[in-house]
Amino acid sequence: MTARILRRTAIFAVSLLAASIVVFVFTAVLPGDPAQVALGVNATPELLAQTRAEFGIDRPLVTQYLDWMGGVLTGDFGRSYVTRDAIGPQLADRLGVTLWLVGAGMLVAVLIAIPFGVLAAVRHRRASGTVVSAASQLGIAVPAFLAGILLVQVFAVRLQWLPSGGWTPPIQDPGEFLRGLILPALSLGVVQGAVLTRYVRSSVLDVLGEDYLRTARSKGLMPGQALIRHGLRNAAVPVVTVLGLQLTTLLVGAVVVERVFVLPGLGSMLLDAVSARDLLTVQGIVLVLVAGALLVNFLVDVLYTVLDPKLRGAR
Amino acid sequence: MKARLLAAALALLLVASGCSAGSSAFVPDDGSTLAVGFAAEPQNFDFTRTDGAAIPQALLYNVYEGLVKLDDQGRVVPLLADSWTVSPDRLVYDFALKPGVLFSNGTEFTAEDVRFSINRVKTDWTISIKSKMDVVDRVEVLDPLHARVVLTKPSNAWLFDMASRVGAMFTPTGIEDLANKPVGTGPYEVTSRRRGDSIVLQANRRYRGPEPTYRTVYLKYYKDPTALNNALLSNGIDVIGTITAPDSIPQFEADSRFNVVQGTTNSEVVLAFNNKKEPLNDVRVRRALTLAIDRKALLATAWAGRGTLIGSMVPPTDPWYEDLSGAYPHDPAQARALLAEAGKPQLNLRLRIPNLPYAISSAQVVQSQLAEVGVTVTIEPLDFPAVWLKQVFTDHDYDLSIIQHVEARDITTFGRPSFYWGYDSKKAQDLLARADRGTPEEQVTAMREVARTLSDDAAADWLFLFPNVVAAKKKVTGIVRNQVSESFDLTTLGRSE
Repeated sequence: MTARILRRTAIFAVSLLAASIVVFVFTAVLPGDPAQVALGVNATPELLAQTRAEFGIDRPLVTQYLDWMGGVLTGDFGRSYVTRDAIGPQLADRLGVTLWLVGAGMLVAVLIAIPFGVLAAVRHRRASGTVVSAASQLGIAVPAFLAGILLVQVFAVRLQWLPSGGWTPPIQDPGEFLRGLILPALSLGVVQGAVLTRYVRSSVLDVLGEDYLRTARSKGLMPGQALIRHGLRNAAVPVVTVLGLQLTTLLVGAVVVERVFVLPGLGSMLLDAVSARDLLTVQGIVLVLVAGALLVNFLVDVLYTVLDPKLRGAR
Repeated sequence: MKARLLAAALALLLVASGCSAGSSAFVPDDGSTLAVGFAAEPQNFDFTRTDGAAIPQALLYNVYEGLVKLDDQGRVVPLLADSWTVSPDRLVYDFALKPGVLFSNGTEFTAEDVRFSINRVKTDWTISIKSKMDVVDRVEVLDPLHARVVLTKPSNAWLFDMASRVGAMFTPTGIEDLANKPVGTGPYEVTSRRRGDSIVLQANRRYRGPEPTYRTVYLKYYKDPTALNNALLSNGIDVIGTITAPDSIPQFEADSRFNVVQGTTNSEVVLAFNNKKEPLNDVRVRRALTLAIDRKALLATAWAGRGTLIGSMVPPTDPWYEDLSGAYPHDPAQARALLAEAGKPQLNLRLRIPNLPYAISSAQVVQSQLAEVGVTVTIEPLDFPAVWLKQVFTDHDYDLSIIQHVEARDITTFGRPSFYWGYDSKKAQDLLARADRGTPEEQVTAMREVARTLSDDAAADWLFLFPNVVAAKKKVTGIVRNQVSESFDLTTLGRSE
């Protein structure tokens, strides 16, 4: 088991390194000169050269890369070309917002998927089950941003119950923080919930056919009790796997939802940085996102090894 | 183990979101607080080293003040200077300063600060508009409340420019961290900011004048025009600084909760011709293209008919404005005749535009109307600002382009042959020089002549002037109709009970 975990760790590290090179190269070849964008119209050639030197983008790419990686490894992401601020703290700040959004979206998705998925499975031969299945099909087809726009129209513009966007830090005002999080979390979570409902349904359907449920019922448990005591735990294993995979999709969805709800998260930071050719910031954000995705995969892998006895001997 | 993991994750989140300074989506609904929504966010607070309109929009006249300011008619009026005199040779400006003015860090404002601020533009500023101070020879301190500025040559533009960000007054004790901590003499100071969300201004306790009506002002930023509109509709903000989606204006006009104010700006949307390059170096071709485009129809498509038609690079708030919009009436037949005369009955032109909504919708109209006179236009949207700046603006690699020119009195760019217009006219250059050094009356006459010359030469096609459309809750009064300065001036705002 230890060998397998070590091997996975090595793969994780190498992937991260490879990703950093890809991220660096792709941002470096983006058309447009960051110095020119920072200086704006009428920049003189001397000023351009001076600014390029100040940014360090007149040096060879390899030097720039090594310098950047050296900094990142010690937690220093450099200074933004545009805001002239340290990128690291800003990244942490924005990551916090995105994590809240993704976490809340995940929670909404699970709260939708488990009851409806189980319902659709248990009643798969009845009308109510078919309705749930059809609804989840519809939910999958709705993009998160559309869900967001509709929610804003109804709950913010028409009813004025909730804010149409903006962010309040939880420490500053927890009530306002939650009010602001509801609509973004719903627009992100409803779509994910619809996807997840289908997995829960098929997973529960599989479990319903298992022998141990029949045994449980023959001991005198009601069908519902049997499912809750013995079935759901087993049905959860594949669902958790899917949940892990969905996390990356949620991150992408969060980028769009941040735009709709004007949330100062990583996604909106990335869009701003790309249009301003703030390359160092772009590199930092993309690296954090890629590292996040790789980390999720790595953790899922390791968890399997720990949880699944069959894998313990494997390499 | 699961519970512990969850607890750790939550703790991490709290830490991550805790390190952010205050500011909020939530704006308290009391009488002394105002929230204004904008589309473009300042990248930092240092307009001496970072270009763009968003920083002066937020800070000028509100946090930073100059010796003079512009009123909404475009007139230069006193601000930190009580009055000034100009020598007969128009080289020496003597300013009498307001007494008892304090910076927000407590330092007193004196003539020394005038010298420091003006000199600093030449030495420390890195953005291109610093060249507006090139004409200054020296600044003398006559006494703490009198400053004298000596120019190398007479310049009308200089005093006008002093009302813009280059004229902002700084104190040597307040420039440590311009990007984060602005120190000015204005009625407000910056108390907090959240990137990607908002900036909070509070009334400056040391301000010389009466406390502003709104003690706290939230400047909130929305990249997406729909989100900006929704914020006003759902009471998230009180004012939309400038509406960027014209289709939404009727919605606010029809709603009794709001007032909509429409005025002009300095922002000309120009169809640029590459004057240096075949075939647009031929005035007949440029005139033909100008005749072929129905600007009224274009304005209807691109900005819901809300802008102003102008015929040269002059907005109605400049003293030398005259309506030249009728100089080239829409006349496809004459356009075809002119093109034939120039020996170019069939043309293929590249229209390279920034990927911005107004440019894209304008470009499509230009394309279809030029097609009617035998000109095939290929639209190439370029990533703005990065790619457009590099390829069109710097490398002059284009035939036609469409972009808004937002700077005040930027008609002077037609006096620079190296500018991306490629327009090289001795007559226009001489007139511009004469206008700058003459008396204000001579300036008006000469500038009017420049505008006519540009129109005559069809140096560009001025498609329309961007309107300034502000939507606000009924309680907010005193909104400036015309956007002529760089500032979103909060000092004029009041409250109706």
